[in-house]
Amino acid sequence: MVEVKLERAGDSLTALLRGEIDHHAAGGLREEIDTAVMQAGAKTLILDFSGISFMDSSGIGLILGRYRMMKGRGGTLSVRCTSARQLLVMKMAGLEKLQILQQERTENHETDQ
Amino acid sequence: MKPINETRISFPARSANEGFARAAAAAFVSQLDPAVDELADLRTAVSEAVTNCIVHAYPNSIGTVTLSVKLFENGRVVVRIRDRGCGIPDIKKAMEPLFTTGGEERSGLGFSVMQSFTDKVRVTSHPGKGTTVTLEKYIRMRGEVHT
Repeated sequence: MVEVKLERAGDSLTALLRGEIDHHAAGGLREEIDTAVMQAGAKTLILDFSGISFMDSSGIGLILGRYRMMKGRGGTLSVRCTSARQLLVMKMAGLEKLQILQQERTENHETDQ
Repeated sequence: MKPINETRISFPARSANEGFARAAAAAFVSQLDPAVDELADLRTAVSEAVTNCIVHAYPNSIGTVTLSVKLFENGRVVVRIRDRGCGIPDIKKAMEPLFTTGGEERSGLGFSVMQSFTDKVRVTSHPGKGTTVTLEKYIRMRGEVHT
């Protein structure tokens, strides 16, 4: 189960994600986020994972798909993640090299997911 | 060594069942009193394996996925995820990081995540017959001393 709250600020759109991201959730999220980006004409998309209590590699697919989508529009993607575990999976995917991960202090590894 | 407890559940290969499968596995393993991060590791690994069945095993129908969990006295947990679907023609290739046959929104990291978060991953498959993924993880038993 996942929820997304969308916040606009100028030509920047933030998708605040809450709940669990798996393959099932990613499909719906993809559509909702892509539609919102198009409707808002956003140049910057921020995916905020702070409220995500579980993520498997489907979350990586979601990020990569949004990265390609924003690139295709001449825009940028940024990912905000405070979970050490989720950050580990993102780094395994090589997302650091795409320069989209916001470097933030992560919460205690044991308290999430 | 015989398991001290075990369970087996079957469900249709629908994505809606992914959350159920990982929650069920975690709920069953909880009786070993695992650490929070160990349970999270297992949930993630099970989620990956079950998702593979749902995304790949049955291209033309909705088949069945069977999840079995065995608990052993020394904290060893064996989770088996089995389908009777199309099978994997080249297991070595399938397990390569970033390799996927699942299209644009798939990351190809399922097996990598399983390997990172468990102690052993074994895959057997026969094209046309099905695939079995076996995950093993040792849960730290309370009272053990760790350096």
